[in-house]
Amino acid sequence: MKNTISHRVADFLKDFPPFSFLHQKDLEKLSEQISIVYKDKDAVIFAENDKTHDSFYVVHKGAVALKKNQKNNVLDMCDEGDIFGLRPLLAQENYIMEAVAYEESILYAIPIAVFKPYALENRTVGNFLIESYASNTRNPYSDIHKDKLYGDDLVHEHLHSNRDSFDLQPIKYSKKIVTCSPSATAKDIAKIMNKNKVGAILIVDEMLPIGIITDKDLRNKIVTGDFSILTTAETIMTKPVITYPKKMTVTEAQMAMMKSNISYLCLTKDGTINTKAVGILSKHDVMVALGNNPAVLIKALKRAKKPKEIKPIRARIMQLLQGYLDQNIPMTLISKIITELNEACTTRVIEICLGKMSSPPPVKFAWLALGSQGRSEQMLHTDQDNAIVYENVSDVFREETKVYFSKFASLVNKGLFDIGYDYCPAEMMASNPKWCMSLDEWKSKVHHWITNPGKNEVLLSFIFFDYSVTYGDTEITNQLSDYIFENVKANPIFYVHLVSGALQSPSPTGFFRQFLVEQDGANKDHFDIKRRALMPLTDAARVLILSHSVKGISNTAERFEKLAELEPNNRELYFSCSYSFKALLKFRTKQGLLHNDSGQFIALESLSKMEKIKLKRTFKTIKELQELISVRFNISNVV
Amino acid sequence: MSLFSFWKKEENLFDENITIEETRFVVLDTETTGFDYDSDRILCIGALVLQNGIISIQNSFEVYLEQDHYDKSTAQIHGILKAFVIQRPSELEALQQFLAFLGDSVIIAHHTVFDITMINKALERNGLPELTNQRLDTAILYKKTLIKSHLFERKDHYTLDDLADKFDISKKDRHTALGDAYITAIAFLKIVSKLKEKKQINLNALFK
Repeated sequence: MKNTISHRVADFLKDFPPFSFLHQKDLEKLSEQISIVYKDKDAVIFAENDKTHDSFYVVHKGAVALKKNQKNNVLDMCDEGDIFGLRPLLAQENYIMEAVAYEESILYAIPIAVFKPYALENRTVGNFLIESYASNTRNPYSDIHKDKLYGDDLVHEHLHSNRDSFDLQPIKYSKKIVTCSPSATAKDIAKIMNKNKVGAILIVDEMLPIGIITDKDLRNKIVTGDFSILTTAETIMTKPVITYPKKMTVTEAQMAMMKSNISYLCLTKDGTINTKAVGILSKHDVMVALGNNPAVLIKALKRAKKPKEIKPIRARIMQLLQGYLDQNIPMTLISKIITELNEACTTRVIEICLGKMSSPPPVKFAWLALGSQGRSEQMLHTDQDNAIVYENVSDVFREETKVYFSKFASLVNKGLFDIGYDYCPAEMMASNPKWCMSLDEWKSKVHHWITNPGKNEVLLSFIFFDYSVTYGDTEITNQLSDYIFENVKANPIFYVHLVSGALQSPSPTGFFRQFLVEQDGANKDHFDIKRRALMPLTDAARVLILSHSVKGISNTAERFEKLAELEPNNRELYFSCSYSFKALLKFRTKQGLLHNDSGQFIALESLSKMEKIKLKRTFKTIKELQELISVRFNISNVV
Repeated sequence: MSLFSFWKKEENLFDENITIEETRFVVLDTETTGFDYDSDRILCIGALVLQNGIISIQNSFEVYLEQDHYDKSTAQIHGILKAFVIQRPSELEALQQFLAFLGDSVIIAHHTVFDITMINKALERNGLPELTNQRLDTAILYKKTLIKSHLFERKDHYTLDDLADKFDISKKDRHTALGDAYITAIAFLKIVSKLKEKKQINLNALFK
């Protein structure tokens, strides 16, 4: 019974081996027998030593982690189109690994009984499977996971061995080769390189590489004036080209570059200059292969052309974060670097989306990050909180401008979703027309909040006042900030409402010096570190800094440091607040990385004695701070 | 069904132990000639079974109904529909097939009222009793996942397209009955998953 969904399944599978080798008809038949399985994040699909299921799985959406034994080592990560759980079915033995949904996932479960005949009949399908097993990989095209899938030699596996073997892996090179003929002029070459955003161009004659020109050549030969810009490639190229065979390991590539003191290698079919070039390998590629460092990640970001390409880069930012935490690098530095990288991701998404629009923005605008993003305190993947403010326009263009920016904002919000930022459940995103307005519209909204400070207005201004500009024009936002300060000054009663809002987050310690933990819901018996510890500090810092009319500092820890400077008599307390905040943020980040979530809820029993003491110390500070603001703004008269 | 077993079923509903995983859901969608309950007719019913987070394609239902109301001359033009003209069961046959597939499962649809009224009208025309199944509306359930606060204006109506966008579900087969049923099913699973983040929920909670 062929139907709409089986069509959909077949259409997806046809792009992935071994299904890509099947005839359309067979694929459709196979698809009719498939089940679609939905798994929540962290749900176990099968456990170690479980009896095999009737089906093996293909990931349609999401990601599945394959793990082995107690150490929770992730051996392999399967994403869209990857097959898992097939080998034990064919070998008729129990599962030797555990499969867990790393993200919320949709899987296609393919009954082995239905699939087997195809594997036996169709030689290409069979060969694919045999090759997969022979090379011990899930997919013979990916060598990265070699030796891992069978779970052999796992006893020896620990972090370092992983890194050692890494150097021996084949390197990924760019298959996109930019070439020109020997007669091209230097000027043309510069244009071509510029257009293709490459640092080197290969000079080919009858398909064979005869020389290479790099940025450096242009700098040393043309810009110095030694040669005119109309000089031909032949004259200024470096020759002969250093060529290597394409099957090179990371280490070999590094050695080759060091040996000849060059930044680009040309890879040819057989490794000599007598065969066609198949790829170019740059120093950058080697650096990327060597691992994660901020500069490399930023470069990789700049090359991304679709939001989808940014997602793996974000995963590497998380690895970097884990590394920093492991090395115990100061939180201030960590948060600066990670924030910078996260912002670069957002900026890249914005740039890509601008490119997708049919015309450039009609007026200047600024993309604002709100809440924790705005305060540069967001390390982990969380929800989106953002807004757009654009220049005032005359009535004639008002509607048109609004339409433009809301369309643009929808693109960006979708792009950010694609790279791992969930949509904001409260729709506090630029694609919501209420968060995408002209400067004047924003002003009147802010004015309304300040002069009518109900609970909601206070909450909204809490989120909004911590904005920072991610992209675009800072002049517009400066005007907005000035306007906010003037208004707050003119309406001192607003403080009282801000403070009462700030005091609403309950203090973390209860009567008996016990932790206040959540009473119900999925997070029962967990400590809500965001609401009970981080928010009271953030909210108080905002009120205090606003009362001093300090703008441009939105980071909570930095705000406390500034306050210590402004109020010497409270120096001690503010420093301790700044310290506490950083310690708490680190806590949350570590927990989040450990559990692959936002880190908001902490299981208290999982903490060591030392950690508990540290946490409690910060609570004392929070209590003192809450007392200070409630006395200063005379809150007892209001609430 | 005896009166006794009827009540027993009702009791069951309030049994706190029934899990969402155990329940057999039938997710359905109808394509119709229009939106008038009296004059318009069902062209197609698409439905699938959802149990324990699994949708089995083999066990899904898609039927195109024979229609007097439908202009056969235009159907011939579409070509694709031409083949169906011959195979199409009558309204009565289609409804019987559908009822057999549905059983006493809990119905899930996007804007349930529309689909169920359409089906009930058809049942009535053919002298059959109305559906008595429990029903869940993804349009209403979705609202439960949004933050409850008068701070934020929520839309009154969330379309299936809205849900597909929010949950990143491909809209490839949008506007075919079974394609829409599939989108509704995935949206339902994602809604339940969102609700579980906040609170442990069981089947009964979804009806509240």
